[in-house]
Amino acid sequence: MIRIISILVGLFFTVALAWSFGNGAYQQITEPPPVTAEHEFHRHPKEVHFASDGAFGKFDRQQLQRGFQVYKEVCSACHSLSHVAFRDLTQLGYSDPEVKAIAKGFQVPGIDPNTGEDAMRPGMPTDYFPKPFANDIAARAANNNAVPPDLSLMTKARHDGPAYVYSLLTGYQAQPAALLKEFPDAKTPNGLHYNPYFANLNLAMPPPLTSTGQVSYGDGTKATVDQMAKDVSAFLVWTAEPKLEKRKQTGWPVLGFLLFATILGYMSYKNIWYEKKKHKA
Amino acid sequence: MSFPWAQQYKPVNPFMRWMDEKLPLPRLVYNSLGAGYPVPRNLNYFWNFGILAGLCLGLQIVTGIILAMHYAANAGVAFDSVEHIMRDVNWGWMLRYAHANGASAFFVVIYIHIFRGFFYGSYKAPREMVWLLGVTIFLLMMATAFMGYVLPWGQMSFWGAKVITGLFSAIPLVGDPLQQWLLGGFAPDNAALNRFFSLHYLLPFVIAGVVILHIWALHIPGSSNPTGVEVKSESDTVPFYPYFVAKDGWAVGAFAFLYCLVLFFFPNSLGHPDNYIPANPMSTPAHIVPEWYFWPFYAILRAFTADFFFIPAKLMGVLAMFSAILVWFFMPWLDRSPVRSGAYRPLYRKFFWVLVLDALVLGYCGGAPAAEPYVMISQIAAIYYFAHFLIIVPIVSAIERPDPLPTSITEAVLGKDENVPLMASPTAPFPGTQHSNA
Repeated sequence: MIRIISILVGLFFTVALAWSFGNGAYQQITEPPPVTAEHEFHRHPKEVHFASDGAFGKFDRQQLQRGFQVYKEVCSACHSLSHVAFRDLTQLGYSDPEVKAIAKGFQVPGIDPNTGEDAMRPGMPTDYFPKPFANDIAARAANNNAVPPDLSLMTKARHDGPAYVYSLLTGYQAQPAALLKEFPDAKTPNGLHYNPYFANLNLAMPPPLTSTGQVSYGDGTKATVDQMAKDVSAFLVWTAEPKLEKRKQTGWPVLGFLLFATILGYMSYKNIWYEKKKHKA
Repeated sequence: MSFPWAQQYKPVNPFMRWMDEKLPLPRLVYNSLGAGYPVPRNLNYFWNFGILAGLCLGLQIVTGIILAMHYAANAGVAFDSVEHIMRDVNWGWMLRYAHANGASAFFVVIYIHIFRGFFYGSYKAPREMVWLLGVTIFLLMMATAFMGYVLPWGQMSFWGAKVITGLFSAIPLVGDPLQQWLLGGFAPDNAALNRFFSLHYLLPFVIAGVVILHIWALHIPGSSNPTGVEVKSESDTVPFYPYFVAKDGWAVGAFAFLYCLVLFFFPNSLGHPDNYIPANPMSTPAHIVPEWYFWPFYAILRAFTADFFFIPAKLMGVLAMFSAILVWFFMPWLDRSPVRSGAYRPLYRKFFWVLVLDALVLGYCGGAPAAEPYVMISQIAAIYYFAHFLIIVPIVSAIERPDPLPTSITEAVLGKDENVPLMASPTAPFPGTQHSNA
């Protein structure tokens, strides 16, 4: 009895699935889905390497400082970095007085000690990076109806994050003629910018890094667009996971210990079972 | 219960004697995990995954309790509190990665454990209750994992909660009010997050309770084994301690090594990047996908794209997705083959491997975008999935001609080697039978 019921239930599901399959197949043949410009022209991130990559990866502090400079002088005009505090900057190799000075250079929201009203005050190391806009509505109003996303976790919030950020920053170009020929309706709208590394190809952010020397590096590195893009991507790897170095450094001794313990465990297993398995020797 | 030749617990000093009279806890441990539990001597490595699953549950509870000390279940700050754990809590990053990847490790282990059961017929009498409790644990695990994934309150948390609770809205008549009741609102928000956190903290302890029943039910007939032949004599078994303590010990080491490899070097490889974007009800992600361990069932859900007579496609998908797991409950009665182990069932064994491949295909399609060719592939794979359990298994068990079974476990282990006298095992009172030595 139970087997008859089971076969009937099985037929119910398989026939329903076959019906869905048939419908889908028919639809595929009669009206195949249109090919989109995104599908044809979107590109995967470029190949790029950072000092923090790999199992032994370590941050290149000099590069992180340069990347921080790019963030401070370029990106921070529109993008917040809300999970990072000034005190965290000591991890980039800045000394305490340097961090104090950097924090002081930012105005953060506070309270007027005399009137109790909202006021701006110079930052302290315990403060977090201030947001460039009071709220999303203000951000939209100032940015052609797009909200610049927070950058703290950007390299973890995108597939192939660091390479994606680097590719996006260096990927702006004129819309290819082939695209317009194939998809005349897909012309980049006014106010947006063509970038094949962006999911829908048209990005609200204007090219932020445009010319060599846009930032003057203190360590003498030549600030090409490519260099600045790489540096700020490296910096965003750090903001997304400040504990990345510690994680990898912890991993090695843990794996070493476990390997040792597992080998010991295997040997004791072999030893204990020796009598029981002697016939196979 | 145990076999008559099981070693008996003897308290070694007056304190233990006193303890044994008042609360025989040492005796319980001795009889379940010690020398008092005789285990078939021929278990292979697939029998290590029960212990590993228990280890994962313990790991999740310990890391989870500590994470809960730092997490804030409030829609306004949940995402930030997780980042606080990652950045400012001592070893917080390790705890969170251990917990998130621990869920994945738990499911890897449990899927191997379940498919071990399918291959070796572990669900068959007299172990039906072990199997039923096991499927119950799996359902509880899925609920727990789903609610845990909502807690970081990222984009996938939010939209996953919306999609999964939306499944209940497919139920006729009561669907929409039911979904609103489950969420405590029209969309996932603070009420949903709070109750999910509460239940996510509760369910692991319910799982632990059912695990105790699962082990209790197992220890009544004792463990099954790769031959599927029941234990007949003392030479078929070895005491759990030291033999399987040693074997489980090194298996735990090997498992911990692989787990830590992922934890310390690829901690985000199994997660979705979108969950590092704070939940935003106004912006739907391009592809909403659950965690990888739900992908096969998600593929079945999405495979129903056309209404079937009067049943809407969505309702069919929901029915099928739940049935895909519920059907496991009926395995002991769908598979009527008198032979337990797939090792002696040539036909069943072939379909078993097709099922493994089928589950992997479903998993791949479930993680892919809901577009062709993935939908059509998952439809074919889902047809096989239901056909396997509901049609093929009952028919195969009726028509199959199994291979000859060894007469005992001892024979299966020792009988094949003709050059060594069977008395190699000094405890074997009944050496192998004539037919294997002839």
